[in-house]
Amino acid sequence: MSAQPQRNVIANALAQIGEAGLFGLTLLAAVPRSMKHARETVRQLWFVGAMSLTIIMVCGLFVGMVLGLQLYYVLSIFGGTAASGTVVAIAIYRELGPVVTALLFAGRAGTSITAEIGLMRATDQLAAMEMMAVDPIAYVAVPRYLAGLIAMPLLCAVFCALGIFGGHLVGVTWLGIDNGTFWSNMTATVDVWKDVVNGIVIKSAVFGAVVSLIAVYQGYTTPPTSEGVAYATTRTVVASSIAILALDFVLTAFLM
Amino acid sequence: MTAPAAPVEPLVRIRGLTTVLNGKTIFDALDLDIPRGKVTAIMGPSGTGKTTLLKHITGQMRGDAGQVRVDGQNVPELSREKLFELREKIGYLFQNSALLTDYDVFENVAFPLRQHTKLPEVLIRNIVLTKLQAVGLRGAAALMPAELSGGMARRVALARAIVFDPMLILYDEPFVGLDPIALSQVLKLIRTLNETLGITSVLVAHELEAIKQVADQVYLIANGKVVAQGDPKTIANDGSPWTRQFFGGDIDGPVPFQYPAGDYAQALGLTGAKA
Repeated sequence: MSAQPQRNVIANALAQIGEAGLFGLTLLAAVPRSMKHARETVRQLWFVGAMSLTIIMVCGLFVGMVLGLQLYYVLSIFGGTAASGTVVAIAIYRELGPVVTALLFAGRAGTSITAEIGLMRATDQLAAMEMMAVDPIAYVAVPRYLAGLIAMPLLCAVFCALGIFGGHLVGVTWLGIDNGTFWSNMTATVDVWKDVVNGIVIKSAVFGAVVSLIAVYQGYTTPPTSEGVAYATTRTVVASSIAILALDFVLTAFLM
Repeated sequence: MTAPAAPVEPLVRIRGLTTVLNGKTIFDALDLDIPRGKVTAIMGPSGTGKTTLLKHITGQMRGDAGQVRVDGQNVPELSREKLFELREKIGYLFQNSALLTDYDVFENVAFPLRQHTKLPEVLIRNIVLTKLQAVGLRGAAALMPAELSGGMARRVALARAIVFDPMLILYDEPFVGLDPIALSQVLKLIRTLNETLGITSVLVAHELEAIKQVADQVYLIANGKVVAQGDPKTIANDGSPWTRQFFGGDIDGPVPFQYPAGDYAQALGLTGAKA
């Protein structure tokens, strides 16, 4: 394979990241203008946040249950099942909670944001707003971006709660780990700032900002065709997934 | 003795508009006037830049050279704030209606009012219902855009376009895909709005028979310039090759049947072969 196409792929990827960054600055600059559309932000918070609750809760529960099950069998080899609660909580708070929530959020809410804005462009709704002297960045893009930013940490908190409940359900209720040991080891080891705040607040907020930016950017800049919208939706999932996992490594390195 | 009245300046005055897109010249020093209070039709072959012209008038696009003056203001020089102020006085009917699919008919028409005014809900309701009554769709206020036919959607878009009683309405292909009944309804609405509200109207369309019923003057644009203008009932007979081909529906003429391409024989791999 020649080096030229590889250079083009890398150059295109860098150009896209640069454009998305500039678009992000445009969004931030439009935040004050979008304040008069606060009702729209609340409406979007309902769509991307509340409507994602079911999938987040179900997935959180099962992730916690799987974790509880795996840990029980691994730790029982060493006679350390008492640490199960601690490991479940730390794994969920630090990594699984923010990362899996962000991946689910990208798949459920990110794609819907991209498809909705892309279809609004394809059907001239954004142009119609421009013609009605309504700024589509302030009315359409910023409310969805802010909604994603606000919803992610909240969804992550719900995911973590259900994950720990799932781990407790399997470890304590089904496999017989002592309830007091499960909770006391967890509360003694888990640090509010290092584990909970870093995971639920910082990582989730960063992931929320990035996934929402990618989703809004892809929708806003998609070619106004059905194929363009389909590709943009796919790109949202792919780019978000890569960004979440790459940023997770960077954030973990800094927050350790 | 009273002084003679000063000539009324056209609402839209375009001078020397030149636009090149992707290496193709769309407008080549185009000059065009839209008189106040009249219905002006812009016609021309597909791809000649009719919708692009509307985008220049509304500031959605800027040309490479020339002036586009709307109500005395040169649109390409306007700041975004000034442009938005101007757009509040312009109604634009999109070819596909461009209704906001999340909102019902009532909210679509109310949208500009909610965004730009702080009118009480009662007043908004009365204005919206008045506009919907004008287009014959007051009874459809609760329907969603997906529940409307093409003709109904266009009438809702028209109600939205006139909700601020604009000075200028731009119609982009308003007759496409309408059945004869819906076509008559839209024609009647355009004419009624023009006469009762004194709105200046610009129509981009291909249908000469419909244009004859509604327009006061016609511009035929081709090759980046105005190639004919005049009364819609007589323009087809002006004798130029452009009007003859366009209104006569001739397959070939100044607008070639073949899209510009390279040598046909070469494309078929016959170059050098014996005849």
